[in-house]
Amino acid sequence: MKLLWFHLMPYTELPEDFREKHPSIWVDVHSSLFDPKRAHLMYNDFMDELEFAAECGFDAVCVNEHHSNGYGLMPSPNLIATALARRTTDTAICVMGNSLALYNPPTRVAEEFAMIDVISGGRLIAGFPVGTPMDTCYAYGQNPSMLRERYREAHDLVLRAWTERDTFAFNGRFNQQRYVNVWPRPVQQPHPPIWIPGGGSVETWQWCAEMDYVYSYLSYYGYKAGRATVDGFWKEMARLGKDRNPYRAGFLQFVGVAESREEAMKLYAEPAEYFYARCLHVGAKYATPPGYSSEATQRAGIQSQVAQAAGAAAPPRYQDKFQQLAQEMADLVERGYVIIGSPDEVADQLKEVATSLNVGHLMLLLQFGNMSKDLTRYNTKLFAEKVMPQLKGLFSEWEDRWWPQPMESTLRAAVPAFQPQAGAAVD
Amino acid sequence: MTNPGMTTVEVNGFPCRVWRKGRGAKLGFLAGLGGLPRWIPFLDKLAEQRELIVPSLPGFPGATGHAVLDSHLDWVLAVRHLLTEAGLAGADIAGSSVGASFAAEVAAIWPETARRLALIAPLGLFDEREPTTDPWAQRAKDVPALMCADPANWEKLKEAPAGANSIEWPIEQARANEAAARAFWPLGNTGLAKRLPLIQVPTLLLWGAKDQILPRSYAGRFAEKISGKTEIRVIDDAGHLAELDQPDAVAAAILDWTR
Repeated sequence: MKLLWFHLMPYTELPEDFREKHPSIWVDVHSSLFDPKRAHLMYNDFMDELEFAAECGFDAVCVNEHHSNGYGLMPSPNLIATALARRTTDTAICVMGNSLALYNPPTRVAEEFAMIDVISGGRLIAGFPVGTPMDTCYAYGQNPSMLRERYREAHDLVLRAWTERDTFAFNGRFNQQRYVNVWPRPVQQPHPPIWIPGGGSVETWQWCAEMDYVYSYLSYYGYKAGRATVDGFWKEMARLGKDRNPYRAGFLQFVGVAESREEAMKLYAEPAEYFYARCLHVGAKYATPPGYSSEATQRAGIQSQVAQAAGAAAPPRYQDKFQQLAQEMADLVERGYVIIGSPDEVADQLKEVATSLNVGHLMLLLQFGNMSKDLTRYNTKLFAEKVMPQLKGLFSEWEDRWWPQPMESTLRAAVPAFQPQAGAAVD
Repeated sequence: MTNPGMTTVEVNGFPCRVWRKGRGAKLGFLAGLGGLPRWIPFLDKLAEQRELIVPSLPGFPGATGHAVLDSHLDWVLAVRHLLTEAGLAGADIAGSSVGASFAAEVAAIWPETARRLALIAPLGLFDEREPTTDPWAQRAKDVPALMCADPANWEKLKEAPAGANSIEWPIEQARANEAAARAFWPLGNTGLAKRLPLIQVPTLLLWGAKDQILPRSYAGRFAEKISGKTEIRVIDDAGHLAELDQPDAVAAAILDWTR
């Protein structure tokens, strides 16, 4: 199986009383909380951590896009991905991803992703999320009633921009361009693997099946809450006659490894509680812009509430999630939001997660909340040395058709280490 | 209170409900945020003296078809078509909120469409020095008090009647919210300010004294730009949807203006 190291880049110095004093970490989080000089250090730490994960042998490093968000400091993940392309050699670079409807024209995404793919020698995984309500409709002012149609059309435009040989005119409902001709063209042909981070909508599953894309369920609520959704995905794949290749799916999980479970509880309680109490303090008024969810999804949601009222288990509704959260470590672990333990305990739990959910791409949050750089490195290294070897062999009977196909290493540019003193001597 | 007559007209191939009640000169009414999931006392008041015609805008309760409207031009053409098909060409037109904004648009672009206008707190303008309230970034529990001075009036409008489909009823209310957002996201500024000077007909501007969505000064902004004769009347103890809070006073003002 594939193990991907994911960074959200949370601002690590939110005040202790953030939850009480501030309405939301997202959309209208106050600028007075942001200290650019502290953030300078955070960004550099975070990028060091991503590079360290690559050195430790993770299959990919992952970055993502958020706007006006105190727990996600990457309005442009592409900037980070490009820097990573220059500081890593064989690790896949997973940009998870660019919210297509936010770019005008969406050709911009085709261009920037192609740049990353070329600079990295064909190591890009291209993620195309619709984007959260907070990012797209509120922070970026997109019309929620048109967001999904714009997203689909932008996808079509990007795909054509990557694959058509000649300059073409794109005559869409929302986008018109007389001359579409992307330079550079991606190294990976016909295009980099496309992964779709999504919630639990049947339409998204069907689309992933139709397009042969990876469906990635990025939830902060762990494997227990995620099971219903991932099971729904596989049920739909079976209905559509698709195989159970685990590499069709991705799943996000918070993990903390230590010498023992007790030690892990001690080490990871603070950053986990920081994340769930402060970082996920999202103003509920931003959860449901009208039209963001399709009517089919709304119907399914109302039906599941009816089922829930009748006592059946169902995942929390989107608008309720932020309110229902556990915030204390024991509860976070109990609910499966965060998996902790000794290396063997973590490996056993993740094997169970991977096999029971049938997920071949496990996206790991080994840095979360205000976790220090030292602890992040410890977690990452211990995982790589003691947990990873126990998981790598899983699903070896399946082929991952959705993984980057980089250029041969002998054809790739040598990326020199940065040596400021050597440079100064030449001058 | 007797039930209105109901017919359906097509706009872009989608059905839109048209209610009719009463006798006399025709008077049209276009509803505001939330639309009209049920007949309300305010409409009866108007129908006592006029042939009242109430077409549902695309996507609002009783109608679909909002999802094919991509631009403001699409919307304005749809509303003009709806009014014509409902038999309201040349009639007096009243509207509230969303409906008032479209009534103003149509009267500006096609001067023969309306004889007189009565607009209750129309959307369409935004001044950053005095911003409007975002009706779409709200917790559900806060919405009733934003829409009406007495929140119970909004709740009564939106409460599912006995026997309503427990899934389709909430979907219909969510659709109304989406349709309004589709036309007015994100600020409610549709560029109407540029077209207001084209309105030549006498225009009454009604404003709930307790409107929590649009500052009352916006009435003056409309009055200043409209070329026809205008008058502003503030309705006491009324919120954004003043016709729900004070049906008698709002109906009386409209009937008086369009006499």
